[in-house]
Amino acid sequence: MTIDSIKNGIVLDHITSGKSMEIYRILELSKLDCSVAIIKNAVSRRGGRKDIIKIDSEIDINLDVLGYIDPGITVNIVRDGQICQKRQLELPERVSGVIKCKNPRCITSIEQELSHVFELSDRENGIYRCVYCETKAEHEI
Amino acid sequence: MKDLISITDLSVDELESLIKKAMDIIDNPDEYAEKCKRKKLATLFYEPSTRTRLSFEAAMLELGGSILGFSEANSSSASKGESVSDTAKTISCYADIIAMRHPKEGAPMVAAGAASIPVINAGDGGHNHPTQTLTDLLTIYRERGRLSNLKIGFCGDLKFGRTVHSLIEAMCRYEGNSFVLISPDELKIPGYLRAGVLDKNKIPYLETDNWDNMPELDILYMTRVQRERFFNEADYLRLKDVFILTADKLMSAKDELVIMHPLPRVNEIERAVDEDERACYFEQVRNGKYMRMALILMLLGIE
Ligand SMILES: [Zn+2]
Repeated sequence: MTIDSIKNGIVLDHITSGKSMEIYRILELSKLDCSVAIIKNAVSRRGGRKDIIKIDSEIDINLDVLGYIDPGITVNIVRDGQICQKRQLELPERVSGVIKCKNPRCITSIEQELSHVFELSDRENGIYRCVYCETKAEHEI
Repeated sequence: MKDLISITDLSVDELESLIKKAMDIIDNPDEYAEKCKRKKLATLFYEPSTRTRLSFEAAMLELGGSILGFSEANSSSASKGESVSDTAKTISCYADIIAMRHPKEGAPMVAAGAASIPVINAGDGGHNHPTQTLTDLLTIYRERGRLSNLKIGFCGDLKFGRTVHSLIEAMCRYEGNSFVLISPDELKIPGYLRAGVLDKNKIPYLETDNWDNMPELDILYMTRVQRERFFNEADYLRLKDVFILTADKLMSAKDELVIMHPLPRVNEIERAVDEDERACYFEQVRNGKYMRMALILMLLGIE
């Protein structure tokens, strides 16, 4: 299966198989005017299956959010048909406004304007904790 | 350091200098009588805690400073009106330092982010209560002359008692300490403390539901089983009377045992124990004031 290569834009490669739709939704790619291709279940050269998203425009992406959702992603920036920048994502130290603290005793439960901030407390196990109450983040967004 | 939100904000060196300062205040109270002249402490208590508030106020008054603030009658009002950030900014215009108690976890941290003056966490729900831990450390130090090589027993509610968790964490930073954790099965220490602190640092500890190890203890820290930590009244009633310290049980304990309790107590220490020389919980209250004096001086940058 082939999909037209993009000239100027972003390719999100090595997305965990099955996660592309979630990423499409969280990055709000449906709001873009440019073309967006989602390739699901592609064969990965690293072995196994992967998803790929190609975006035909060099949009701003919050890499911390993306790294939190799927740290295995490689972000390729394409200019004039060539990959000019390759970036391997990792779990960000801090994410803001992505995870919601679900602790009813947390200050964020009564002060709506506070942004929900989580910090990585255990990289090995990918555990994030609310900076206010230290409650562990549940892995769903 | 500008604020004290969690006991882990303090390094071992900073803890040591706070204890030294408190000891110096105890020995030379007159020298400190005017150290905070014309300085104001704001006590912002979004839930009532008379003991903690009085301790902070007594500390500031003894340093020659003055106090202002409020204490809300019930916690529901914390959800109405001005945000914690706005209050902290406003109070920064009137006072030199804030002590904040709030029913919601993390509120003092939010205040510290907004205030231009130091903020001390005077308790945020069941989360952090660093000045209680400072008080406990000073008490141990004064009674035993050291913070290392001690066998410390904790008894009662070890699951929800944040005071217990943060004292265990604090004592793990000193060499040679070990713990005996006496509680019913339902109120054992939480997993994060067992795995993340005790096991991880290879600290010796024993979890038990009896008093067999009393003769080995250097410190016995009693806690109250709090009604508000339970979802169901029946569980509370069943567990609150299980672990009560009596004069009888103390027969087998060391002469130099130090009995501590963060107060207020309900019935977990029999009144007769108060007469025992080893009972230090009222002395602990006095230490709380000295430690808060030392902390206020440190955060205000006054020698
Ligand atoms: Zn939280």
